[in-house]
Amino acid sequence: MSAVELVIVIVGMTAITLLTRGFFFLQRSQLPVPAWLTEGLRYAPLAAMVAIVAPEIVMSQGQLIGTWKDARLYGAAAATAWFFWRRDMFGTIVAGMAVLLALRLALGW
Amino acid sequence: MTERSHAAPALWRHPEFRRGAREMTGVALGISAWGVVAGVAMANSSLGAFWAVVMSLVVFSGTGQIASLPLITGGAPLWVIWAAVVCVNLRFVIFSLQWRPYWVHLPLRWRLTVAYFCADLNYFTFVRRFPKPEPAPEQWPYFWGGMAVNWGSWQLSSLLGIALANHVPPQWGLSFAGTTALLALTYTMVSDRATWLAAAVAACAAVAAFALPLRLNVLVAIAAAVAVGVVLDHVAPKPRRAEVAR
Repeated sequence: MSAVELVIVIVGMTAITLLTRGFFFLQRSQLPVPAWLTEGLRYAPLAAMVAIVAPEIVMSQGQLIGTWKDARLYGAAAATAWFFWRRDMFGTIVAGMAVLLALRLALGW
Repeated sequence: MTERSHAAPALWRHPEFRRGAREMTGVALGISAWGVVAGVAMANSSLGAFWAVVMSLVVFSGTGQIASLPLITGGAPLWVIWAAVVCVNLRFVIFSLQWRPYWVHLPLRWRLTVAYFCADLNYFTFVRRFPKPEPAPEQWPYFWGGMAVNWGSWQLSSLLGIALANHVPPQWGLSFAGTTALLALTYTMVSDRATWLAAAVAACAAVAAFALPLRLNVLVAIAAAVAVGVVLDHVAPKPRRAEVAR
């Protein structure tokens, strides 16, 4: 791709990011969204989050993993345990990564 | 909210700015891990280091950047690249509906600024801090405090990833740090039976629909979870809430 094309791609991507992130508050007038949908959409952020996380933990190369010897499962379990024990974000990340790296480097999982 | 309160010097010193920044540092480690991963991916694509730096500094949308890379490398037409970015950013359209009550009273230039910067993680920390969807003067400094940490850690780590592109061994599983950060944020959002159920449905839907292109499985999961949520709210809301109140 030429430099000019790349500039066009990047400017377009920036505009898309801006317009999607501000879709419902960039104009003042209210778009007609039914009340039950607005209510239901409070589940959307949680769902988006889970939808990104779950495949990262239980899938590889587009398939459900078929073995228990996958370090990510234990990393996620350790992170979960730490979170519900201490409720602290930083420790959760560290616990998950520590278990993942230990299993990967020591056992090759 | 007056114009003066938007001025930068006043923002820095506001206690809510510090609070916003502090509550974002917990996940900054996860953001940084992704930043490095995105930087490595960009530098290893056909973009090369220079354009990787430009893209990172200008676009400020990790998923959009990563989704565009294989298409740019494959020489896909412009509209296909943009369509892909629209698809992975569709979740922001839903978030923007929730952002609306907080920001709609601001002048257009501030709404544009917020729209450029309001990434996923700011949404999550912000809504936890201000669960009531109505404007308050503390929101502006809180938002920018979190934003400063989010933007700073993302850009620094992304540039670091571009610089280190060939020196980060994949078996370190750096992206998993980002996954655990999201996992922790997810747990902060599940509170009752309805949210646990919606989360479980979303997880199954996202895995089942994984084969869809352009991460559209995320939208399938959102649709499934919202459907379950709406049904639950209408079928059994009163008894459960009464129980909680007691």
